[in-house]
Amino acid sequence: MSTLRRVVVTGLGMVSPLGSGVETSWSRLVAGQNGFGRIQGFEIDDLPCQIAAHIPRGDGTDGTFNPDKWMEPKEQRKVDDFILYAMAASTEALADARWKPTTYEEQISTGVMFGSGIGGLSGIADTSILLKDRGPRRVSPFFIPGRLINLASGYVSIEHGLKGPNHAVVTACSSGAHAIGDAARLIALGDAEVMVAGGAESAICRIGIAGFAACKALCTAFNDQPAKGSRPYDRDRDGFVMGEGAGAVVLESLEHAQARGARIYAELVGYGMSGDAYHITAPSEDGDGAFRCMTAALKRAGMKASDIDYVNAHGTSTMADGIELGAVERLLGATAGNTSMSSTKSAIGHLLGAAGAVEAIFSILALRDQIAPPTLNLDNPAFETKIDLVPHKARKREIRAALSNSFGFGGTNASLIFVGPPAAAA
Amino acid sequence: MSDVAERVKKIVVEHLGVESDKVVDSANFIEDLGADSLDTVELVMAFEEEFGVEIPDDAAETIVTVGDAVKFLEKATAA
Repeated sequence: MSTLRRVVVTGLGMVSPLGSGVETSWSRLVAGQNGFGRIQGFEIDDLPCQIAAHIPRGDGTDGTFNPDKWMEPKEQRKVDDFILYAMAASTEALADARWKPTTYEEQISTGVMFGSGIGGLSGIADTSILLKDRGPRRVSPFFIPGRLINLASGYVSIEHGLKGPNHAVVTACSSGAHAIGDAARLIALGDAEVMVAGGAESAICRIGIAGFAACKALCTAFNDQPAKGSRPYDRDRDGFVMGEGAGAVVLESLEHAQARGARIYAELVGYGMSGDAYHITAPSEDGDGAFRCMTAALKRAGMKASDIDYVNAHGTSTMADGIELGAVERLLGATAGNTSMSSTKSAIGHLLGAAGAVEAIFSILALRDQIAPPTLNLDNPAFETKIDLVPHKARKREIRAALSNSFGFGGTNASLIFVGPPAAAA
Repeated sequence: MSDVAERVKKIVVEHLGVESDKVVDSANFIEDLGADSLDTVELVMAFEEEFGVEIPDDAAETIVTVGDAVKFLEKATAA
C-alpha cells in the first residue's frame, strides 16, 4: 500500500439552487424539492431552452442567498457570480470546520483549489459588446481579474489569509470533483495540511444557454414545466437543465484534524481519473472511460466494487445516462442489486464545473445520515437494471461507502470515494 | 458645494463603498479611502463617463485626492 497521508473532510459549504447553505440544500433535497424555474434576467424568447435552476436570491431568510452577507457590494461589482458563490461556499466551509488560520504557520499550511468549467462567461460576453460599441477605453480594469477561473481560489485565499498552494482546475463538468481529488493529493503528499477545495459556476446567461443549446445538450421539451425537465434515466429525458452555484469542502490531513480535535465528516479514500480519447462532447459509447475511472478510484481506496453502497451519478438527463449506468453495472457485476445510485441533478440541474463539488458534499451527507437522496421525475425508467435508482423519494439505507462520478466535455472523468470518519484514535 | 463636487462625491461613494462623510476634498483615494491602483483606474473611467470628458493618462496620474478630481473636472467642463 502507499505511504500517502490520509485525508479527511472537516468542513462543508454550499450555494445551490435549493438554497444558501449546506443543511438548507440537503434537507430540501432529501425532502424531494427542486430548484427549477423559467430563466430570469435575460431575453429567452428565441432560445430553445428557457428553463434553469437559479440561485434563489433574497435577504437571507428562508434559505435565500443574500450576496451582501458574503462579499461587499463594491467587490461583487468587480466579479462574475462564480467568484461570489465560491466565496460564500468557502466561508461557510471554513466556519463549519472551525478553521481560521491566524499564525503564519497555519496560513502557509492552508491552500485553496477551486475549479470552474467556464468562469466569467457572462462578463466576457457583456464586455465584448461594450468593447464593440464604445471602444477599449470603457473596458474596466476589473474585467480580467473578475473573469479568470483561478480568481475564485485567489479571492478565497485573500479573504481568509490562506498562503499555502493556490491552484485551480478546469476540466469542464468534472472540475469540482478533480479539484477535490487534486487538493487531497497535495495534502497526501505533504504540500499542505489543509485545503479549501471545490467548484463554482455561473453560466446561466444568454451566450451560455445558446452555446450549450447549439451542442444539443440542453432540455428543450419542458419549457412549460421547469420542474419536470431534469429527469435522469427517464424515457422522456431530452437534455440537461443548467444550474449554478458552488460547493466547497475543507480537506485536512488526518493527523492535523485529530490534533486540533476537529469534527470529521468523512475520509476521502479513493480518487480516480481517466480520459475517453473519443469525442469532444460525447462519452465513449462502451462506457470504458467511466469504468476505468471508477476502477482507479477503487484501487486507490483498496476497496472492492461491492463495498460501494451509494453512487451519486453524473446522470445529466441526457442520452449519456445509459452509458454511465452500463459502466456502473459492469463495475458492480453480480452485486449490482445491493447498490443505490441516484442523480441529484434531478433536483438542482447541472452545475457544470460546480457539479462535482456539490455532489461530493451530497455523497458525504448521504454517508453521515445513511440516506440516499432521490432521483426525481423518474416516471418511466428507460433502462432495466438491478441497481436501485432511488426514484422520487429518498431512501434510508446502510451506506458504508459512497462514490461520486463526474464526467466532462473533452472526455475527462473523475470519481471520488468517501467512507465514514475513522474510529476515534486510541 | 458645487454641482461637480456633488457628482464626484457620489461616484467615489459608489465605487469605493465608503461613508460619504469621509469623502472630503483632502481625502487621498489610496491612503484615506482604501482604493488600490485598479480602483483608481476605474474611478477615472467613471469620471469620464459621468462628465463626458477624456482624462489623458498623464492627467489621471495627478488626480490623487477628491479635491484634485473636482478641480480637474470643474476646469474640463467649464471649457
